Amino acid sequence: MNAVPILSLADVCFAYNAQTQVLRGVSLDILPGTITAILGPNGAGKTTLLRLILGLLKPQRGTIRLNGRPQHTLSRREASRWIGLVPQSEYIPFDFSVLEFVLLGRAPYLGPLDMPREQDRAIALEALRTLGLEHLRERATPSLSGGERQLAMMARVLAQQPRLLLLDEPTAHLDLSNRDRILNVLRAQARAGVTVMFTTHDPNLAATLADYVILMRQGALLAAGTLEATLTAENLAATYGIPVRVMRVDGQLFVTS
Amino acid sequence: MSLWRRHAFQLLVALGLLTLILSIFLGRFPQPYWMPPTMLQENELARQLVFNLRLPRLLAAVMLGMTLGGAGAVMQMIFRNPLVEPGFLGVSQGAGFGAALAIIRISNTPLVVAASAAIFALLGLLFSYALARHLRYGGWVLRLVLAGIAVSALFSAGLGILKYAADPLRQLPEITFWLLGGLWGVTWREVLYLAPIVLPALAILWLMRWRLNLLSLSDDTAFSLGVAVGRERALLLVASVTATAVVVSVAGIVGWVGLIVPHIARRLTGSDAQYALPGAMLLGGIFALVCDDLARTLFAAEIPLGIFTSLFGALGFAVLMMSNIARGRE
Repeated sequence: MNAVPILSLADVCFAYNAQTQVLRGVSLDILPGTITAILGPNGAGKTTLLRLILGLLKPQRGTIRLNGRPQHTLSRREASRWIGLVPQSEYIPFDFSVLEFVLLGRAPYLGPLDMPREQDRAIALEALRTLGLEHLRERATPSLSGGERQLAMMARVLAQQPRLLLLDEPTAHLDLSNRDRILNVLRAQARAGVTVMFTTHDPNLAATLADYVILMRQGALLAAGTLEATLTAENLAATYGIPVRVMRVDGQLFVTS
Repeated sequence: MSLWRRHAFQLLVALGLLTLILSIFLGRFPQPYWMPPTMLQENELARQLVFNLRLPRLLAAVMLGMTLGGAGAVMQMIFRNPLVEPGFLGVSQGAGFGAALAIIRISNTPLVVAASAAIFALLGLLFSYALARHLRYGGWVLRLVLAGIAVSALFSAGLGILKYAADPLRQLPEITFWLLGGLWGVTWREVLYLAPIVLPALAILWLMRWRLNLLSLSDDTAFSLGVAVGRERALLLVASVTATAVVVSVAGIVGWVGLIVPHIARRLTGSDAQYALPGAMLLGGIFALVCDDLARTLFAAEIPLGIFTSLFGALGFAVLMMSNIARGRE
């Protein structure tokens, strides 16, 4: 490996309480500009892993480094310029317009007393354009459909301009065309040098989008590596505990149980 | 953004100043309802009245309305719950209990009642906070809400006991009147007591108004956007609640301003707190001013302010909710 990993975990352990260890000794290196899928059954620790990378949780053991720097040495503001998060879903109690909502993504670049500037508005509008949401800019977020809301959260993270993009189930609420839109945006981000990591329950999403795959089970990595080498029938069977078939359709991997 | 929303702020400022100026000449002197402005030049009594009684009272009404409206908007966003009002963390009920206790046990001089109310308002807040820390249920926001409900109920039970024990001819009417809220006892002394706490608190809320939007997001999302969630929420909460406590200690429990004004403001300006928070402050100030004008002008005997704020707050809210005029978004 010649490039410095943008994200590097060494022997990371985490437990919410003494009885249940959620992550046991996770180590991995993520290279810049790659797309990585995190697969695993419910309760495998995927979301916990994302929250640790984000810095929301502190590992009990092990270290997390961002571009070589220990994560805990970054200020909250600095970290938020590095890492962006698209949560699985988000309850928005007030009816912000879509544009106001996306503008919140500019927070890492604004001081506590600042208001968004003209350039922030321009960046937010550009993010809306990228996701094809421009016509909805004045719409109230609670009136959006589930898919549109997912796209709005995506636009917000684009406005944040992070170097590492974490997504929790990015296509869970999306129809086929919106799913396609998100995939294209993520591919374009990766081409532009942004590192993408996402959790998913759908191995075929991993097969379509990811360069690398991480398989988790009960808080440990079962396998990690390139898509071709990792997304195999044996690995997936071990991950989910059921027989799995992996086929190749038009040159692309296709997984079915 | 519609034309109205873009200029809502300027319009509210203009409306507020106009209301303030008109209010100076409203009252029961020299005759009911209206004092000709020329009297200020000719009549020494009129000058005395305006500068020593009306002006401090008007300023107190503005501070009261701005505090309750602004703090209500802040707390609704921080608690991510549009049904929260600024006194709910034990502050309003604590103040009521403190005031009743002073009236029965110590003295009914306004300053003593206010001091006792302020002490118990802050005690209510501290109890709520301490209780929330020890609850073993739910997230931090839910625990604060539950603790606030429990502490408020406790103080309102204590208030019930005090009212039951009060002398029904002298003390009970006074307690009831205080609880309904009003500004009849306000002089420059009360204004000087309010201003050093209320104005800095309002300034903090005002300065962090865009930031407030971020605090209404989920903890995970706010964190990922670089917000020190716990610290920033605590700062805005302390500023809001402290200002509310001193206002309530002077004016009693003026209901519905802190609950309804933020809703109306959001209808007018949209939900972005960059506009909605100043909107809620200004609207709260105007609303309290108008209600207080009515309270002291309409009849020879003063009507408690809280009655008008509840009446017009509820009516105005219902009308606005039913109409299409101020949908906020087209």
